[in-house]
Amino acid sequence: MTIKDIFQSMDYGTAPESAGDALAWLVDQGDRFGHFIDGAFTEPGDGFESRNPATGEVLALLTQATPADVEAAVSAARRAQPKWARLGGAGRARFLYALARLLQKHARLFAVLETLDNGKPIRESRDIDVPLAARHFYYHAGMAQLMAAELPGREALGVCGQVIPWNFPLLMLAWKVAPAIAMGNTVVLKPAEYTSLTAMLFADICRQAGLPKGVVNIVTGDGHVGEMIVKADVDKVAFTGSTEVGRKIRAATAGSGKALTLELGGKSPYIVFEDADIDSAVEGLVDAIWFNQGQVCCAGSRLIVQEGIAERFHAKLRARMDKLRIGDPLDKSIDVGAIVDPSQLARIQALVDGNTEGEVYRTPCTLPNQGCYYAPTLITGLHPASHLMQEEIFGPVLCATTFRTPGEAVEIANNTRYGLAASVWSENINVALDIAPKLAAGVVWVNGTNMFDAAAGFGGVRESGFGREGGWEGLQAYTRPAGKPKPLKPVMPFKGDTVEPQAVDRTAKLYIGGKQVRPDGGYARAIHNRNGTLIGQAPIANRKDVRNAVEAAQGGRGWAAATAHLRAQILYYIAENLAARKDEFAVTLNRMTGTRSGDKEVDASVDRLFTYAAWADKFDGQVRSVPIRGAALAMREPCGVIGAFCPDDAPLLGLVSVMAPAIAMGNRVVLVASEPFPLAATDFYQVLDTSDLPGGVVNILTGSHADLAPALASHMNVESVWSFSSTDLSAVIEKAAAGNLKRTWVNDGAARDWFGAEGEGRPFLEAATEVKTVWIPYGA
Amino acid sequence: MHSTHSPSQIHLPQTTEPRNPGMALDLDWVMRATANRSAIERRAATLPGRRSVKKDFQAAWLCRAISCIDLTTLAGDDTAGRVGRLCAKARQPVRADLLDALGMGGLTVGAVCVYHDMIAPAVTALEGSGIPVAAVSTGFPAGLSPFHLRVAEIGESVTAGAAEIDIVISRRHVLTGNWQALYDETRAFRAACGEAHVKAILATGELGTLQNVARASLVCMMAGADFIKTSTGKESVNATLPVSLVMIRAIRDYHDATGYRVGYKPAGGISKAKDALNYLALIKEELGDRWLRPDLFRFGASSLLGDIERQLEHHVTGAYSAGWRHAMA
Repeated sequence: MTIKDIFQSMDYGTAPESAGDALAWLVDQGDRFGHFIDGAFTEPGDGFESRNPATGEVLALLTQATPADVEAAVSAARRAQPKWARLGGAGRARFLYALARLLQKHARLFAVLETLDNGKPIRESRDIDVPLAARHFYYHAGMAQLMAAELPGREALGVCGQVIPWNFPLLMLAWKVAPAIAMGNTVVLKPAEYTSLTAMLFADICRQAGLPKGVVNIVTGDGHVGEMIVKADVDKVAFTGSTEVGRKIRAATAGSGKALTLELGGKSPYIVFEDADIDSAVEGLVDAIWFNQGQVCCAGSRLIVQEGIAERFHAKLRARMDKLRIGDPLDKSIDVGAIVDPSQLARIQALVDGNTEGEVYRTPCTLPNQGCYYAPTLITGLHPASHLMQEEIFGPVLCATTFRTPGEAVEIANNTRYGLAASVWSENINVALDIAPKLAAGVVWVNGTNMFDAAAGFGGVRESGFGREGGWEGLQAYTRPAGKPKPLKPVMPFKGDTVEPQAVDRTAKLYIGGKQVRPDGGYARAIHNRNGTLIGQAPIANRKDVRNAVEAAQGGRGWAAATAHLRAQILYYIAENLAARKDEFAVTLNRMTGTRSGDKEVDASVDRLFTYAAWADKFDGQVRSVPIRGAALAMREPCGVIGAFCPDDAPLLGLVSVMAPAIAMGNRVVLVASEPFPLAATDFYQVLDTSDLPGGVVNILTGSHADLAPALASHMNVESVWSFSSTDLSAVIEKAAAGNLKRTWVNDGAARDWFGAEGEGRPFLEAATEVKTVWIPYGA
Repeated sequence: MHSTHSPSQIHLPQTTEPRNPGMALDLDWVMRATANRSAIERRAATLPGRRSVKKDFQAAWLCRAISCIDLTTLAGDDTAGRVGRLCAKARQPVRADLLDALGMGGLTVGAVCVYHDMIAPAVTALEGSGIPVAAVSTGFPAGLSPFHLRVAEIGESVTAGAAEIDIVISRRHVLTGNWQALYDETRAFRAACGEAHVKAILATGELGTLQNVARASLVCMMAGADFIKTSTGKESVNATLPVSLVMIRAIRDYHDATGYRVGYKPAGGISKAKDALNYLALIKEELGDRWLRPDLFRFGASSLLGDIERQLEHHVTGAYSAGWRHAMA
């Protein structure tokens, strides 16, 4: 074509980024890679090919890690960890800073290598992935610096096993490695088998930064290697990937005491109200679902448009799709690159081809003859019941439906197993700020999409996983309270057969939905005192009582919307009413436990209620310093329904200590009272009954912890389960929790001093809340 | 009108597109228009990273940019001699040897833009070139002279030979939400132009919000503007990509609703070849290729051409250029 021809056609032509330097780097490494263990690359071994999905060409050979390799990596990390932690935050900050700088110095090499390996457009790897990765190291260099001052009493977990996906290979590495090493942990990281090359380059810059040996170890291989890391002697597992694998990891680590964070799949809603800036909302979808070929866990993949504008919106969207350019990811003018692997392409094709509903529109384009490509696709006229509205496609496929009212928009948006992210488009601040907190998602973007920053937490609710990456909350996942916990001895009920008559027989019941109810099974257990004298009977709850209690708790969701001031008032009122009956409770406690600490326990319980009444309106969210004109709110939201196995050893104080923080934050609870000493709890509901607490907010069961744990922990309508039982339930609960990936907080057989400082405070409040990040860019 | 130019020169609006006749003021539509500044700025900020034009394509695109330039002088010290020099540059915007090397002989700018008193010398200087003369009018740049004088000024300029009239709107009508007044005023200006084309200058730097820009764009198109234009070049903020995005999205909506294509002219502050490429890419992406012609797109610029000339010489020779190697305007 002559210049005159182009002058007429005004085509873009091609603008390829050179792959020369990246390919030369691969050649310099021998086109073969071993693992990076203890500061050095191992000899390449048997393994697999890493291909460029845009061409199918082999880029390099990678080594499949053996059990011995994983063990060597974990040992290296274990050896390095104490010294790395002792180096101190300021010392570690220098290394993180160096890594950030080196990422920037080699930015283009990282970007080109990422695009070659993954197939994402060079624009994205160059302008998004690499800068965000560097930002993560800068941010966490700061966190290392501030750790001693700002996170007193917390220490590193130890060795972290980290398994990351192929969609953002370098960025996910940064999200995992930066906070871990900032806090004094060492890591064994496995990149995805399709995309390990930038991790190898990162290993190279770890050497350039002079990072102490063993702090960062990288082993390559497929899912089997991931399984080995999960099972290895690590203190924490961090995984980003599919919900299916996440569930397996939850089950595999159950009861191991390993800390776990999971960042899993999503089917994020993208809600457009009729008063939105429609052109901007259409453009936003390009970044929501066609960013990285839609291979984004938080992709806005469910378009939910208000009915009145749907037709016009879809027409504009189709016109926009016509302008998308699909092809060579190294071309600087390409919007949609290659799908990462033929197997993923086949999965997308199968899901879309299996759909018979709605109207399918595709960007009219000629796909390259070779390589893995899929045309941007829009399917309108779908419904929540449609398979494609529920299943994560993980490709450039947008599924669309409509809504009538704000309330219906929320219902449709939340009608999903997932809860990772959401977008809300409206020019009306009332609508946008009302809807954002109502969405079941860890991240909400108002009039935007796919905004990320190290200062803002990212992570999901429901089956999108748990834990946050980024921000202060992200550090929870890589630290723990300092000190070695004492083991918790089982607390056994007293046995006996002597009887002493009571003035008037009392019938303890379960407390469900604000009512005293008899147990479904109709059984009760005799409760004896230390001398073996029968002092009463406690109902034995069964799984149906669990079901009823959870249903009542879900019905009490209005509590979450009550003002914090009101929740505080009610907690104070509970304290007041408990104090008024102090003597009676003290007698019961003394009689049940055979101690004389009843007075002290009631006083401590009243005090604890005061503590959480105080906290109710003070455990604030934050505004995060993200690089936009706007606000990123880190909002504290209640988890929802929390099931809790209360401590056996402090029958009243223990129950109050788990109940109060949970309801102070707006949760509803199903409490399973101290198993050996349940009668304080069954008196306590009378206190609740007189304290204006709405029905369903607190539900109390008595019975066998071991029998009730599977039912409560596997219940799909429970968001979180805690256990402080002296029965070792940790494994059972964590395993059963894998079903809906609910959060768990279990004691792993460790004791807690309920009368002391560790019996209250921030850890309880943090467990009782989820941080939702709401991004609100603005501009008049 | 320019009956003398050759039929092959297609950059005159009247030769290809039916003129926008305007329509009744549709206030529902105007008030529905919104513009989310943050989202618009994000689109504008990322566009240069999403589209890249290289080598021969870049050269061709820069030639296209030249063909869309309204080569402008709007200075108090303009003289016939100064305007003559500008017009000579308009005829031969790039050194002949470079144009020959590019295979682009005969390339001219889109128009020459001057104040009223400079129309006559410009028309004389451009005779036979087919290059139209545009005149700024209606009390440019503030637009605060008596209304009847502003209307009369248009008539004078058309009589003097201006084929295009760049009118300025009354910003106060936008700032007070008096859309009817803005519509009526623009209607009157349009009527006064007769066959001459109307470019409505919104002075976006003085409108306060992008939403106002969107609404004013619609009102001016409804009133029959042939072009909407960002700025006089005299405001403290002139053409920007975000403002352009808002205005061309309004043009797109107007075309979708009426079938009429209205042209777009960013003016002021566009001085680099790279900026010109970004603007062309923005137009291509948001409005489509049809708008990449001088009958529907113009750059209001004075120093842009110099940078493009240097880039083109670099394209031809491979060596970076110097300003003094190119004829001054």
